[in-house]
Amino acid sequence: MPGTAVFSRRRFAGIAIRVLRKTFWMLLVLFGITCISFFVIHLAPGAPSDAETTLNPLAGEAARRQLEILYGLDRPLHVQYFDWVVRLLRFDFGNSMSADARPVLTKIAERLPLTIGVNLISLVLVLVIAIPLGIITACKQNSLLDRLVTILVFLGFAMPSFWLALLLMLFFGIEHHWLPVSGLTSLNFPELGFWDKCSDLANHLVLPVTVYTVGGLAGMSRYMRACMLEVLRQDYILTARSKGLSQHAVILHHALRNALLPVITLLGLSVPGLIGGSVIIESIFALPGLGQLFYAAVMARDYTLIMGNLVLGAVLTLAGNLLADVCYGLADPRIRLSKGGV
Amino acid sequence: MNITLPPCFAGRHVMLIPGAVIVLVMSLAAICAPLLAPYPPFDLHLNHILEPPSTRFWLGTDRLGRDVFSRMLYGGRVSLWIGFVAVGISVGIGTALGLISGYYRGWVDEVIMRAVDIMLCFPSFFLILAVIAFLEPDMTNIMVVIGLTSWMGVARLVRAETLSLREREFVAAARLAGLLSRRILFSHILPNALAPVLITATLGVAGAILVESGLSFLGLGVQPPTASWGNMLMEGKAVIGTAPWLSVYPGLAILVTVLGYNLLGEYLREILDPRTKQ
Repeated sequence: MPGTAVFSRRRFAGIAIRVLRKTFWMLLVLFGITCISFFVIHLAPGAPSDAETTLNPLAGEAARRQLEILYGLDRPLHVQYFDWVVRLLRFDFGNSMSADARPVLTKIAERLPLTIGVNLISLVLVLVIAIPLGIITACKQNSLLDRLVTILVFLGFAMPSFWLALLLMLFFGIEHHWLPVSGLTSLNFPELGFWDKCSDLANHLVLPVTVYTVGGLAGMSRYMRACMLEVLRQDYILTARSKGLSQHAVILHHALRNALLPVITLLGLSVPGLIGGSVIIESIFALPGLGQLFYAAVMARDYTLIMGNLVLGAVLTLAGNLLADVCYGLADPRIRLSKGGV
Repeated sequence: MNITLPPCFAGRHVMLIPGAVIVLVMSLAAICAPLLAPYPPFDLHLNHILEPPSTRFWLGTDRLGRDVFSRMLYGGRVSLWIGFVAVGISVGIGTALGLISGYYRGWVDEVIMRAVDIMLCFPSFFLILAVIAFLEPDMTNIMVVIGLTSWMGVARLVRAETLSLREREFVAAARLAGLLSRRILFSHILPNALAPVLITATLGVAGAILVESGLSFLGLGVQPPTASWGNMLMEGKAVIGTAPWLSVYPGLAILVTVLGYNLLGEYLREILDPRTKQ
């Protein structure tokens, strides 16, 4: 039997190799994503110079040419791409191609905390609700509660997030005036004291967080239930039961750990959906987050800002996958001990 | 008290009835929209602007005095049509790539599966949004873009199915009989791999309808005056305080339709997928 030190070093080496391999592969994927996005976006009709030239009767062809030279759009596409990648390697996303011409990174950094914050809060809520719900429905399969939850899950899957948002606005904001329906803060925000500021902010975030949470809840609780059912069929659960362990001990100590594993992976995979969903939800509640920024960038054909957002989205997705993979490796002894093998 | 339900309400058939009924009713409503609609969808009743539901206008009227019920019927046509074509495209691409990948294996498989991985890492709604905004949002573009960004699941499923089918005896027999690979793929492997495709396609229609309505809600989908459930909700949001019915009914239609396709898809999975059989 190996000593603890050897064991943990082996374990560490296995995970490190996996992470290295995975990271290398992810850089390739990232390269593929930037390549496809860059060419699709630059080849599609419309250009960032449109807003200030074609749509403005006072500006002529000369002004357009000047803008194109300013933005570097007059060069061949592959040269532009190469240039962009080289700058990206130095974490320079370039300047926005809109009138304010601020660095893309600054613009994104302003918006990121809100989007990530709201998503994280709702993610925690989803896990806190979905995991117990999944366990209970799996343990009492086909009970009344299980049936009820199943119906709710199907409704949750079919519910368009923006419709739920509208209904919540209608009920809590317009009918009853319980909660504010748009924006992040009230008009008198600067005059409020610290605690009032906090409660004002929280009030504004209740509805968006609810919409995000309901969106994630259906999938997560269903998945948790499926994983739990799968685990409960295993032989080691039968063993645990026949040892005379209580239902409580079997579920919490033997089944839960194993059933949670696939859920970790699902978390990693749900990142692109969350990012995409933020465009719609932020536009409904007029939240100044990343989704709104992206929408505005697309509408203005702001190439650098669009690319910055896409790269960020891809990096977050890949990071989510990697993190899920590492957690999986740490939690599952079967993977922990087999070296490598992505 | 012990109530025995008819078999169609028990166990795994419980999803068939509501699913099939919803899908059937919604499809019929869409097909027969011109017969069922009380008014043409573009008719302006300028004396009846923003009227709440009544016997004359069953679900009320919108900002231009158009009948909401009639527009919802026509909107259903648009949503279902986009859903079906988009899924057709994604199933077509996914099945073809999955078959090739699973049958030829080796580097072809490697390349296709890595492409699947790349596509899965795309924040796809971002990309759809960008492409649609650039290409002018019309129905063809929406269908094509949704189709092109949702084939990965089908490709993985078909590949897995093909990998196991190609080792079976009947495929070996076909190969011994000297059949061309193309013939083996299309007449022997494909028909046997159709069950999972059918399941994903049914669930895919629901997904595509959701994406389309989301795009239309943002103003980047089906463009007014053509009605779609998404853009009706967008128009409703502007007057949500005075005319809440505009924000309620089109969303209900989306919910019910998506629910129907999901139920039907889950039912098909229950009866066709051997893994869910106990």
